[in-house]
Amino acid sequence: MKQAVSALATAGSIAFLASAASAATLDDVRAKGFVQCGINTGLAGFAFTDDAGEWDGFDVAFCRAVASAIFGDATAVKFTPLTGKTRFEALKSGEVDVLSRNTTWTLSRDADLGLTFVGVNYYDGQGFIGRKALGVGSATELDGASVCIQTGTTTELNLADFFRANDMSYEPVPIETNEEARTSYIAERCDVYTTDASGLAASRSTFENPDDHMVYPEIISKEPLGPLVRQGDDEWADLIRWTLNVMINAEEYGVNSGNVEDLAGGTDNPEINRMLGSEGNMHEMLGVDQTWAVSIIKNVGNYGEVFDRYLGPDTPIALQRGLNALWTDGGILYAPPIR
Amino acid sequence: MSVAELSTGGFDIRRLWTDRRYRSLLFQLATLVVLGVFIVLIVNNVIQNLAAIGVNYGFGFLSQPAGYDINQQLIPYDSTSTHGRAAVVGLLNTLLVAICGIVLATILGFIFGVARLSPNWLIARIITVYIEVTRNVPLLLQILLWHAVIIQLPTARDAISFSDTIFLSNRGLTVPAPIFGDGFSLVPIAFMAAIAAAIVFAKWAKREQEKTGKIYPVFTINTAIILGLPVLAFLAAGSPLSWEVPEMGRFNLRGGIPLRPEFVAMWAALSFYTAAFIAEIVRAGIQSVHRGQTEAAYSLGLRPNRTMRLIIIPQALRVIVPPLTSQYLNLTKNSSLAIAIGYMDITATLGGITLNQTGQAMEAVMLMMSVYLSISLLTSIFMNWYNRRIRLVER
Repeated sequence: MKQAVSALATAGSIAFLASAASAATLDDVRAKGFVQCGINTGLAGFAFTDDAGEWDGFDVAFCRAVASAIFGDATAVKFTPLTGKTRFEALKSGEVDVLSRNTTWTLSRDADLGLTFVGVNYYDGQGFIGRKALGVGSATELDGASVCIQTGTTTELNLADFFRANDMSYEPVPIETNEEARTSYIAERCDVYTTDASGLAASRSTFENPDDHMVYPEIISKEPLGPLVRQGDDEWADLIRWTLNVMINAEEYGVNSGNVEDLAGGTDNPEINRMLGSEGNMHEMLGVDQTWAVSIIKNVGNYGEVFDRYLGPDTPIALQRGLNALWTDGGILYAPPIR
Repeated sequence: MSVAELSTGGFDIRRLWTDRRYRSLLFQLATLVVLGVFIVLIVNNVIQNLAAIGVNYGFGFLSQPAGYDINQQLIPYDSTSTHGRAAVVGLLNTLLVAICGIVLATILGFIFGVARLSPNWLIARIITVYIEVTRNVPLLLQILLWHAVIIQLPTARDAISFSDTIFLSNRGLTVPAPIFGDGFSLVPIAFMAAIAAAIVFAKWAKREQEKTGKIYPVFTINTAIILGLPVLAFLAAGSPLSWEVPEMGRFNLRGGIPLRPEFVAMWAALSFYTAAFIAEIVRAGIQSVHRGQTEAAYSLGLRPNRTMRLIIIPQALRVIVPPLTSQYLNLTKNSSLAIAIGYMDITATLGGITLNQTGQAMEAVMLMMSVYLSISLLTSIFMNWYNRRIRLVER
């Protein structure tokens, strides 16, 4: 009897495990026909709903790139909006296949949380935004201020470090989402709001009078943001990583959504040929169709196109490329070669 | 089957099914086995999955430095303190809002409960509307509403001040902080002594009344002792108390004791929500005492206030206390909604930031569950003791 019970228990737990564990994410995704992608609950430029109620933005575009790589279809993706607190559990439990939600790559998240970061798609840093009327020109003058902060993020720890290092006091006002933080900041519950500088620029663009507010010059942390997956499925991680690398390399080689179909037939440049599949068998190594890279670039665009569309100088957010320029243009964006 | 059949013969396997006593045992055993297998399955599944995704299990994270700050702290805490201490800070914040909430909800609940029975038409109707509205709107919405209203108050710069000592703004209510001088410790000692004296006097007065029938004004005299003795001690020690009045700093009021908007919103929402339930419990309790009891007391010559205190309330409390206990437990558990407005209770520290920074979800959630369970069980034990104390002595 006892043996029977333990045998039953073992069998049962293996059955449970098979459904929850991350054996072959790519096969699971193919079987269900879409990618489940975790995104921000709402951050201008990065993840927002357009007039038609469709999700759009810089992080959302990456989800669509993954869907294009697997299915050749940028719409074969479903989105799960996640807060700073819920995102890792959602990824670990298998609720989402990939998390593309301006998430900072840190050692503890990579090593201790059971997650794998596949790369960096935005080099960011934490800053402060405050009213010009405060008469403060620098974050080092914020002694005694109330600071709104999104809870459950690395910004919370950076903030504590920054004020401790500068021997200043402050009142943290923890907030659950970016939207609520905005409301509290507007109501002057706090003097300044702190988050990644890109997020500040995004929020500022949605204020009634953006010119009444200023982002202080101090950047108090390194925030390399990037997509991540569950630990334990290296093939899936590889596919996500090289989806990102294709977007960056495409910009470097001058391949964009306009010319990709012409170039796919074959060019004089072997790097482009290998990427677009007219030479070599790179796609087989990743387990996707030959046209995977062409689909990504055609449906979503190269890195530069995506940046310009959602964050660039012509958008309300008006971010410069800065660190996020290609290494050939003075930035630090550098993708490994496709060969 | 007959009784004789049961007592004769050896054990027959069929009797497991045909004999009612064995059959019931068999069913209980089967249920136990199924339950056991289920628990083993779940635990096994969790352990294997945790191992599969490479999460380390353990409570070591509680001694790691937390690295974040908490705005409301009843014990000293900074970002270099441990996650364990952060959890304690959160726990104290939970207890603070729960205890303040229970006190205010009880007072309001009793007032509203009595007022709903008021012969005054307007008061009774207003209270009825209040109770029905409050009870039937989700608590989370009420918390958000209170918070939204409070942060629309004037900003810290334009704070409403009451003679420049108490300030009200959307950063909260700031009151002067007492600074205790030398010799102030005499006052709490005198206060303790006064309470002891009052208890002794009350017991003596009761004995005297039982012996001689003479009634002493116990309440008046005891109030005088409890208030008077500390005041005398305070004056004797040379008034060793001064006040730190809040002043406007560059961003915020400096000094004084701030009651943060998040705390005030939680406190108000929990109190007014629970008070509506308590009011109904109190009304039910009062109405459960038959009118004949009052009439009987009057006919014995008891005055109305003594009738209330000696006849009605003791009988009503019998009905009130058990459901009141559930309300206290509900209020404490409801305080875990505090994260919605950023009040740093244990759910926000241990179950929020700590969980997020360390990723030890299982451990943090289990700790939180045992904390809430312990608080609830302690409350229940106290209320059950009180219930036994006030129950009617049946002869």
